[in-house]
Amino acid sequence: MSVLVYTENWDGKFKKLSYELVSYAKGVADMLQTSVTAVSIGKVVEGELKKLGNYGANKIININNEQLTVLDSQVYSSVISGISVKENASVIIISNNNTGKAIAPRLSVRLKAGIGSGVSRLPLSLNPFTVYKKTYSGNAFAHLVIRSEVKILTLAQNSYDPVEKTGNAIIEDMNPVDIGSMLKTVVKDIQKQSGKILITDADIVVSGGRGMKSPDNWPSLIELADLLGAATACSRPVSDEGWRPHEEHTGQTGKIIAPNLYIAVGISGATQHLAGISASKYIVAINSDKDAPIFEAAQYGIVGDAMKVLPKLIEAVKVLKR
Amino acid sequence: MKILVCISNVPDTTTKIKFAGGNAAIDTTGIQWVINPWDELSLTRALELKDDAASGIKSVTVVHVGPAASEPTIRKALAIGADDAIRVNAISSDAWFVAAQIAEVVKKEQFDIILCGIESSDYNGSVVGGMISEFLEIPSVSAVSGIKFENGQPVLIREIDGGKEVVTVPVPFVAIVQKGIAKEPRIAAMRGIMMARTKPVKLVEPLPVDPLTKIVEFEKPAPRAACKFIDADNPAQLLDLLQNEAKVI
Repeated sequence: MSVLVYTENWDGKFKKLSYELVSYAKGVADMLQTSVTAVSIGKVVEGELKKLGNYGANKIININNEQLTVLDSQVYSSVISGISVKENASVIIISNNNTGKAIAPRLSVRLKAGIGSGVSRLPLSLNPFTVYKKTYSGNAFAHLVIRSEVKILTLAQNSYDPVEKTGNAIIEDMNPVDIGSMLKTVVKDIQKQSGKILITDADIVVSGGRGMKSPDNWPSLIELADLLGAATACSRPVSDEGWRPHEEHTGQTGKIIAPNLYIAVGISGATQHLAGISASKYIVAINSDKDAPIFEAAQYGIVGDAMKVLPKLIEAVKVLKR
Repeated sequence: MKILVCISNVPDTTTKIKFAGGNAAIDTTGIQWVINPWDELSLTRALELKDDAASGIKSVTVVHVGPAASEPTIRKALAIGADDAIRVNAISSDAWFVAAQIAEVVKKEQFDIILCGIESSDYNGSVVGGMISEFLEIPSVSAVSGIKFENGQPVLIREIDGGKEVVTVPVPFVAIVQKGIAKEPRIAAMRGIMMARTKPVKLVEPLPVDPLTKIVEFEKPAPRAACKFIDADNPAQLLDLLQNEAKVI
């Protein structure tokens, strides 16, 4: 028996998310009194694999195959299910991000494994195997019993603190048998922004709503974000109006994020917006309407006009950084 | 080509969720049921593609797994513009069950493009689309924010970390769709509502499938502490709290 964890890499490197996953897998493995096997697909930078051992992986299976550069969910799930069978995995841990959402359900059918998606705590019990997961976009949490022999859990981002220790993992290189015939996804073009902090990765997110009044007022919000090392985001009306790109829309139908700090500037806090940000550890609200629902979700609030408060806040951050 | 759009009916997204039956279920009293937002966008895009003769899309069918009580949701999809509908007559017990039923429908009726919303706003599972594709052993593309046709072939745009990829897969395939696929959900016009009454809804009895998961209890999220208000003229106090109390900056 083992706990298997799939650790995606980004340009050959792991990030905090990867360590959250391995630490979580270690937590589950401890409950089951078993070991953790991590699976890495694609070429990773020298020394990166070893780091997974520091978070609790006992064994790392390294698959470096050029045909696996493109995310083809059929191929990836086939490779991971093969390893899962070989490693006799009883629980498989995957991120609840875009890649995880592409792979986990296919893996589920291959292995006849029930899925607990978006889990944010260690299993509540082993018998029956019960997990804690988000439902109703964060307005309720469910205790979900998984009855199948193999279980797949997708972990909500920033919901489990990475635990770093020293570890000595065995690294095993593996080359999967012919996958060429299965590979169907052809990537014709990639458009990627570089140098920007991803909203889904950022520890701090500064977000603007209609209270910003005009797209011309965004430079001050961006300045605040830059000073804090934060990503910028926006509410739905702002992206619908075309004031900001759609990629910045956080909310139920946009990006669902879980930063340590979310600063909502001029956002009233509609249910759909809160659904996308309610997993934030701390929320700061700046809004001119003291009765705005955002203040019910926030721990810290400033009642005031965004355009008057922002310059003062920026000055205060500059003083602090000095 | 034929498109199948999978639709789920969910409580209106502004619903205040309450529990019933010893917290084992949702209290459905007074709930307004709507088409899952992402499914509605998928349907809109499917109809836009059908409107464009160059796409070669001949029909748009919707499929729903649910009891007779969910018929209004199906009629709404027909009123928006779907040509016909299939209802698998069962109470959906979990994602595995639903995906197995829809896969069976696809096997029998043969569709080229199957569209699924990336998640349902009730269970937030994000799994049904991928499961359908694996049951059928056909390609799936996840996080799709665009579909267009080039030279009669479907081309998909998928979201990746920090950008987008333009990808193709051979038909038949499942596209798991997210925001961006259509600008705004199409609204049913009076003519559509009238026509929906007579459009065919095919009733299918479910396959016997044992669910793999079951929700045994719901709970409310832990209440957040009351908001601490800081004077607008003293933002330094906010920073002090963020630094020393919350320890997040």
